[in-house]
Amino acid sequence: MSRRSEADTTFAHDLPATPMDPDAMAAREDKIQVAMIALCGCWGCTLSLLDMDENLLALLQKVNINRSSFTDIKKIPVRSAIGFVEGGVANEENIETLEHFRENCDVLIAVGACAIWGGVPAMRNMTPLAGCLREAYVDSVTRPLEQPPTIPYHPDIPRITKQVYPLHEVVKIDYFIPGCPPGAQVIRKVLDDLVNGRPFGIPAAINRYD
Amino acid sequence: MTRRLVIDPVTRIEGHGKVTIQLDEANRVAGARLHVVEFRGFEKFIQGHPYWEAPVLLQRVCGICFVSHHLAGAKALDDIVGVGHASGQQITPTAEKIRRFGHYAQQLQSHVAAYFFLTAPEMLFGVDAAPEKRNVLGLVEADPEFVRRVVALRKWGQEAIVSVLGKRMHGISSVPGGVNDHLGPEARDRLLHGADGLIGLETVIAYAQEALELFYAYHDKERALIDGFAEVPALNMCLVDEGGNVDYYHGRLRIVDKNKNVVDEFDYHDYLDKFSEATEDWSYMKFPYLKALGREAGSVRVGPLARANVTRSYEDATPLAKAALERFHDYTGGKANDMTLHTNWARAIEILHSAEQLRNLLADPDLQGSNLVRSPSKSDWTGEGVGVVEAPRGTLLHHYGADRDGKVTFANLIVATTHNNTVINRTVKAVADAFLSERELITEGMMNAVEFGIRAYDPCLSCATHAIGQMPLVVSVFDADGTLVDERLRG
Repeated sequence: MSRRSEADTTFAHDLPATPMDPDAMAAREDKIQVAMIALCGCWGCTLSLLDMDENLLALLQKVNINRSSFTDIKKIPVRSAIGFVEGGVANEENIETLEHFRENCDVLIAVGACAIWGGVPAMRNMTPLAGCLREAYVDSVTRPLEQPPTIPYHPDIPRITKQVYPLHEVVKIDYFIPGCPPGAQVIRKVLDDLVNGRPFGIPAAINRYD
Repeated sequence: MTRRLVIDPVTRIEGHGKVTIQLDEANRVAGARLHVVEFRGFEKFIQGHPYWEAPVLLQRVCGICFVSHHLAGAKALDDIVGVGHASGQQITPTAEKIRRFGHYAQQLQSHVAAYFFLTAPEMLFGVDAAPEKRNVLGLVEADPEFVRRVVALRKWGQEAIVSVLGKRMHGISSVPGGVNDHLGPEARDRLLHGADGLIGLETVIAYAQEALELFYAYHDKERALIDGFAEVPALNMCLVDEGGNVDYYHGRLRIVDKNKNVVDEFDYHDYLDKFSEATEDWSYMKFPYLKALGREAGSVRVGPLARANVTRSYEDATPLAKAALERFHDYTGGKANDMTLHTNWARAIEILHSAEQLRNLLADPDLQGSNLVRSPSKSDWTGEGVGVVEAPRGTLLHHYGADRDGKVTFANLIVATTHNNTVINRTVKAVADAFLSERELITEGMMNAVEFGIRAYDPCLSCATHAIGQMPLVVSVFDADGTLVDERLRG
C-alpha cells in the first residue's frame, strides 16, 4: 500500500523466483483453496488454527493454504473457496486487503471478536482524536524533550481510519466465528463442514465469546 | 535512473510490516527501511477502566505472547496494590512459581512456533527456494514426521499454558498480589507423563534438542552465509538475577557491550530516567534508546541473542541448556555475538532451557501449594506500578497509574520488538548491501534474504504498535513546546 508514484517501484513478489516443483504444485492445485489474512488483531485467531494440532495435518490433506501470514505468497494466486479473515479494519491497507479477499474468495469468514465487531482495538472508537495524538506523541512519558514531537505520516505507511470497523461494514461477509480467540475445535468444525459440503453450524457446547 | 524495491507485506512474521530499499543510479543501496504500517491503540483507551482489567485487556496486544503481557501487567498491579518486589512484601512462593510456569510454557510454545514454522524453511530449503515451498506446507510435504514432532512439542507447551491459565490463549491466571489457582497433581502428572495424544516431559526434552541439532546441521552446511549475514552492532539488554544471568520473570535490567562489559544496570522502576523513544515519520513504531548514550550508540538489542550475550551461565539444574550456551559462548571467544542469524541458535537454546526449567518446576511441590494471594490492606495502595518480564522476543514493560477509585489514569508500554527497531533496521540495511547492491539481476530469493534477517528477531509488529497515537488523517500543528495548537482533517 503506497500513496507515492510507483513508476520506479518493483515489488519483491514480481521479481523472478525459483519455480516450485511441478508435481508438488499440481498436488496442491487439486485441493480446496484457502486464503488467510490477519488485519487489525493480535494474530491470536491465526494461531488458534495451529491449535488444532495434529488435526491440522489431516486438514492439509484436503485443503491448500495459499496467501497467508504463514506463507510468502503475497497475493491470492487463484480463485479460492474460503477466505479466513482475522482482525478488524483500522487503516486503508486493511480495506484494500479485505477487498482483495472478497474479490478472490467464494466464502469469506470473519474469524474472532475483532473481525466481527472490531474487538479490543475498537475501544479506540471511544476516544477523541486530539486526545489520542496528545497521549502518544505529545505527552508520551518517553518523548525526547530536545526534539519537537514527530508524528508518523508518510507515503510509505497507510493512513489510519478514524474508526475501527468490523469486516461486514466494509464488504459482505458470509460466516462469523465468535471468540477471543475462537477455540481450535470451532475453527476445525467450521472448516471441516465447509470442506465436506455440510451447512455451517457452531454447536453451543463448543462456542465461546472470551 | 534510481529504483525502489519493495517487500509488501513482509510475511511469516506477526503483524504488518513493509520494506523499502532505495537504489541509486549505480544500483547501490542508498537506503533501506522496515516500515511498521499498522497501529492499534491501548494506552489511551485503557484509561478510565478498572485497574484489574488492564492485564486482561492489554494481553490482547498479542496472541502469541499474551502470557508475557498478562504477567508484566500483573506485576504492575502488584505494585499498585502494595505487594510485590517494589514494596518488599513478596507474593507467595506458589504464586510466583505458578506465574513462572505459565511464562516458561509460553516461551516454549512461542519459540517453537517461530523457530520451526517461520524460520526452519530457509534452514532446510535455502533462502532462495521457491516461495511456495518456504512454509509449513513445504515442511509437511518434505517430512511429515518432522512436522508431527513439532506439532506435538508446541501442543505440550500450549497444554502447559492451559493447566495454569485455563485456555490456550488470552486465559487468566494472575490477580493483583498473586494467582487464582495452583497446579493440581492430576494436571502435573498429565504434563509429566503424557496422556492420550499428549507427549510426556522426557519426549519434550528430546524434541527440544532436535531444534538445536537442526541449527548445528544448518551451521555446518552454510557456515559462511550464517556467520557473515548481517553482523550488526548493538548493546544487549535483559533482566538478570543476582548472579547477573537471565531471569525471564524478574530482576534488574542489565546492558552489556561488545566486550560484555556492563554499560548500565538498574531497577526497571527507574526506566524513565534511562530511556527515551524517538519517532520517525515513516513508521508507526518508535525507536527507544538510552538517553545517556544517544540514539546511535544507545540503541539496545533484546531477545534471545541479547539474553545469550548478557548471561554468563545458566543454572546447574538445566544442564543440557547450560552446555549448549557454553558452546554458543565459545564460538565468539568471550565477545558478544552480533551475528543476526545466530539469534536462531540462541532461540533453539532457549527452547531447551524452557523445557528444563519446566521439568524442574513440575518437581516442585510449591506448585500444589494453596497460599495463592497476598491481600494487602487499603493503606498499602500505591496507585502506580511498573512490571517488566523477558517475553520470548525480549524485554517487555508495562507501566500503569490508577486513582483511589481504582480507575486507570495512565498506561505506558514498551515492548520487545520496539526496543529492537533500530537493530532490525540496521539488519535490513546490512542484508540489502550484501545481497542487492550493484547486482545486474535481483531475484525474489535475494529479497527473501532481507525477510530472513527480519524473521531472526521474530518481530511482533502487532505488539509494537499498541500505542494509540497518530491519526494520519489529521493535520496537527504544534508550537515550539510541543503543545497542540490546531488540528484539522486532511481532505
